[in-house]
Amino acid sequence: MTALVALTRNEFRLLRREPLYLFWGLVFPVILLVVLGSIPGFREVNAELGGVSLIATYTPVIIVLSMAFTSVAGLPTVVGTYRERLILKRLATTPVGSARLLTALMVQNLVTTLGMTVLVLLVARLAFGVALPGAPLAWGLTLVLVAGALLSVGLAIAALSPTGKVASAVGNILFFPLMFFAGLWIPLPVMPELLRRIGELTPLGAGVEALQEAAAGQWPELGHLAVLVAYIVVLSVGAVRVFRWT
Amino acid sequence: MAIRDKAILEVTNLRKTYGSTVAVDDVSFSVEEGEIFGVLGPNGAGKTTTVECVEGLRRRDGGEIRILGHDPDRDHAALTRVVGVQLQESGLQDRIRVREALDLFATFYADPVPAEELLEELQLAEVAGTAYAKLSGGQKQRLSIALALLGRPRVAVLDELTTGLDPVGRRDTWALVERIRERGVAVLLVTHFMEEAERLCDRVAVIDHGRVVALDSPGGLTGRMGGEQVLRFRVAEPLDQRLLTGLPEVRDVRSAESGYVVTGTNQVAQSVLATLTGAGIVALDLRLDRASLDDAFVALVREDEITTTTSHEEIYS
Repeated sequence: MTALVALTRNEFRLLRREPLYLFWGLVFPVILLVVLGSIPGFREVNAELGGVSLIATYTPVIIVLSMAFTSVAGLPTVVGTYRERLILKRLATTPVGSARLLTALMVQNLVTTLGMTVLVLLVARLAFGVALPGAPLAWGLTLVLVAGALLSVGLAIAALSPTGKVASAVGNILFFPLMFFAGLWIPLPVMPELLRRIGELTPLGAGVEALQEAAAGQWPELGHLAVLVAYIVVLSVGAVRVFRWT
Repeated sequence: MAIRDKAILEVTNLRKTYGSTVAVDDVSFSVEEGEIFGVLGPNGAGKTTTVECVEGLRRRDGGEIRILGHDPDRDHAALTRVVGVQLQESGLQDRIRVREALDLFATFYADPVPAEELLEELQLAEVAGTAYAKLSGGQKQRLSIALALLGRPRVAVLDELTTGLDPVGRRDTWALVERIRERGVAVLLVTHFMEEAERLCDRVAVIDHGRVVALDSPGGLTGRMGGEQVLRFRVAEPLDQRLLTGLPEVRDVRSAESGYVVTGTNQVAQSVLATLTGAGIVALDLRLDRASLDDAFVALVREDEITTTTSHEEIYS
């Protein structure tokens, strides 16, 4: 077994023992979907939303909400703890090195995200009749880009924060504007034009729009995907440059 | 003393600065096969920076380091295969269990020591299934050592190994270090406990202000004190130390928690007592000892303070 596989498996094992992370990453999105979907008005097809139900509009929002929780609020906290405890430094003295542990954390995060996504899509389809993505390939690609952008945001916070507590605070505060532009409080189709234009420059504004386009069966606007790629490149390269291992 | 074949680790004129702060100015020493080599020094002397350069955690600014031919800065991967490291204050995840940590770290090495063997040797077998957060300080320390030995290193670097352990735990750990040497592993031991160095080390380098101020066996260092004696006493009222520092028999006076410690020739007791009596001062709880490594250390560090003109800050967190 290679070290990366062992480190990733270990992170999964620790995740199982940390019920709170597992709750936000896997259980909470399904509960939220079921609660919202149980409101009769949410299941009605709405012309204002472009001929889909409110719950269909919210399905990608719920998915990215959970992703933002684990990547932007969760990941920097974990990395901060690993740094403060000198776990990263300890690994730097072994042939494996400490970057491998960060990779393992991100792999664990991505796999959990994929599991959560499949679960949410299935429940939305079976319980509330939300159609599966019309352009599955484009939708899947967009989801991976959104995950990458959020992980990059989390990594940048972890790199720039002096302590785990600061990282946790920054992540939790950043969570709200990210989710606002994802359409958590005002669904994107009914959001005022100016706000939506601004939101399209944020990872989740661009991400949710691209997911909704792919869900409707179209290839997402290239501009949205470009925004996601830009976040990934700029933030991850920047984070790697300034990252402190100790 | 161990048979000295050849140097397994060589540090020559090591220098490391952080901005304008000189952490390590000029440090040279070598560790031979089967040797327990101590790095002693007061807090902030540059001990940890020195070993972190050896471990490849920090890039040196000058000098040379060779460990079995490997340069830590240029050959990091090869270095990590032959050096086992126990870091001061390093921890693990709260919920990882002892056995899991060993199995995880075993995947980092080509030919790891079987986990059972280390669990047995480090008396961790009965806590193999216990989460890291639930271990005692001594158990955590032993696990850290087990992880350092897992990859069959040729050199083990142990930093402040017994800090925070109770006296029993400390003695158990000393026995353990001796067993590490019996495995044929050279040990580089960073400590500020003189008793630890005296008990374990074949040779020690005393580092102060980033320089080696003495390099000798513990016995050799103590021997430098000649036939010096140490007089300890307490006084009811504050004492003007200048009263004693001028005496020809006195080499050094320092105030300690429990009173005063005066080092000097074998005439020091009579001389000090006569002076105190003359000044009408009563000395209480008198104790006279031969100089120990502790005293030799203090003497070396104080001499160095007098000769060092540059000021150095404590640079670690």
